[in-house]
Amino acid sequence: MSELGRKLTADVLVLGGGPAAAWAAWSAASQGAKVVLADKGYLGTSGATAPGGTNLLYLPPDRELRDKAVEQRYVGGGYLSERSWTYRVLDQVYINLERIEQWGYPFVRDEHGVPQRGHLQGLEYMNLMRKVVLKAGVKVLDQHPALELLADEHGVGGARGVCRPDGTDWEVRANAVVVATGGCAFLSKGLGCNVLTGDGLLMASELGAELSGMEFSRAYAPSAAFGTVTRGRLLGWATYYDEAGNVLNSDGNRGQILHKAVSEGRTVYAMLNKADTPEKQAILRRSHAIFFLPYDRVGIDVFTQKFPLTVRGEGTVRGTGGIRLVGEDCSTTVAGLYAAGDAASRERLMGGMSGGGAFNASWAICSGTWSGEAAAAYAAAQPGHAGQRNLRPVGRFGLQPKSGSGDSEASAISDIQRPDNAELLKAVQHEVSLKINYFRRESTIRESLQRLNAIWPIAGSAAGYEGFQQRIRAREIAAMTATARWMHIASLQRKETRAMHTLAEYPEQDPSQLHRIALWGLDHISVRYDKVPV
Amino acid sequence: MIELVSEEKCITCGICVKVCPTFVFDADDSGLPVIARQEDCQTCFVCEAHCPADALYVAPYADTPVTVDEAELAASGVLGSWRATIGWGPGRTKLASIDSTEFINRILPPRPQQRTY
Repeated sequence: MSELGRKLTADVLVLGGGPAAAWAAWSAASQGAKVVLADKGYLGTSGATAPGGTNLLYLPPDRELRDKAVEQRYVGGGYLSERSWTYRVLDQVYINLERIEQWGYPFVRDEHGVPQRGHLQGLEYMNLMRKVVLKAGVKVLDQHPALELLADEHGVGGARGVCRPDGTDWEVRANAVVVATGGCAFLSKGLGCNVLTGDGLLMASELGAELSGMEFSRAYAPSAAFGTVTRGRLLGWATYYDEAGNVLNSDGNRGQILHKAVSEGRTVYAMLNKADTPEKQAILRRSHAIFFLPYDRVGIDVFTQKFPLTVRGEGTVRGTGGIRLVGEDCSTTVAGLYAAGDAASRERLMGGMSGGGAFNASWAICSGTWSGEAAAAYAAAQPGHAGQRNLRPVGRFGLQPKSGSGDSEASAISDIQRPDNAELLKAVQHEVSLKINYFRRESTIRESLQRLNAIWPIAGSAAGYEGFQQRIRAREIAAMTATARWMHIASLQRKETRAMHTLAEYPEQDPSQLHRIALWGLDHISVRYDKVPV
Repeated sequence: MIELVSEEKCITCGICVKVCPTFVFDADDSGLPVIARQEDCQTCFVCEAHCPADALYVAPYADTPVTVDEAELAASGVLGSWRATIGWGPGRTKLASIDSTEFINRILPPRPQQRTY
């Protein structure tokens, strides 16, 4: 371990720096809790939301509209969601978007004066959330990635990590912890996604938390072949072409054209020629403005010139799998541990299909609000503060060897020649590539899982790297390897095609598999089927 | 990836060092940000948006470093252009306040069939 620098005590510790973390911190602080928020990056720029824009699941309080949306979600998610959760989210997000407007977000109004709250510009939104969180009295630790949780026999009690600017270790003790570290996108460079490496999933699992919905994790979003902007909505105005210039989507459907081509090494070109007037083009430019940025910079006029596309993996970020939630307050199976945003399983809200950013963005707002409130109440109900507890760090995988402890499985193989982080990363990324994880076949997933199982003892082994950046990366690699294994194991358990999950051998939805798949464990991973509550 | 910190324009405020989500910059002894870990850049452009001096340039290429010419970039007007687009900086209209996303469905192209996932 490096030298322990900063040491703090709080009621609630929030891990993460995206919208779910911001809402959790604000919510807990609003209940009177003393809150510390620690993020790998910076509260205001971290995560998938900040750099671009995000649509929301948002409807005015109109019964008919909401009933219809809930039903649509229930069917689209493969009947794995709970209608009551969708209604709860619709209610809560409406309240919170009104709050955002009161805090100063300048929502556009339509010609009838109705505020249009179904889309947020990421930088504006997260900059505002930072101000709100700071004003609520939250202590914000930017550039403070968490590496492991603290716990005793009563449950979680805080976390430890690294302070990037000076390389020292930090420790925050708190009776309640909200994990809002995002999903796992395997360092694919999807927009804003490279801070999302499944860290929270690993940390929670080391304490015995369960996961659910991990098979719903085959999202790959289009971006410029050379770029990172994984925002695809404006491609609704695109014509797709092959390398010879033939039109690929003459029926108006884009379907899997791009995914197929990329997996076969062919290039698909697009042109937004369905936005065929200057007025339409101006409207699109003022919507998802970041879509245009890479093309403008290389001198491509997307309305009149073809541009090459690729897809970038979004893993569980645009999927729905994550830490299994037990209660409506976003509690987990670990006492004092809560999960919010993409780190949490979103199955209860949306089953097996996220349908893009909209549901996840509203989920971040609601789960953040609920978990923060519950974490504050849990902390207040504890007999003593966390500083008095006999807490110890409980991280086991991909960490430096703990001095004086011979108990971890990890240290047993620390003598093995460990490949460098870059090499390990490449190996893991291959197992979640389009060919294996998008065009899922039982046979290929099984082979891939065998390779991942062979990587795991190495990726999870004690990593004695020089420098804190490589130390953080080693832990991220352990988290990504674990996440990939959970994804593949869950995929093999679901021998059917339902919502976002497919297996080529089983192309139909099977009514006898109407259950959720819960997983837990790291070296040995256990599986349980859970009934969907009615 | 991030390719340029303009020494001429930089006011050594330290904001980019602080806000980069993947911790790409270090500040040198004079406070000037240096691109210390370019390979960690995720090409998200947030540093540019936050830079009050229009001193940064993120090339749109995610995977390959490119050589850039500061004078050319400055002459083309690209420095500070993303910050201008989102409407940050004194006297500018915020993109959020003229956001047209909620209206784009009004100009959808005709669709012969429903798209399936």
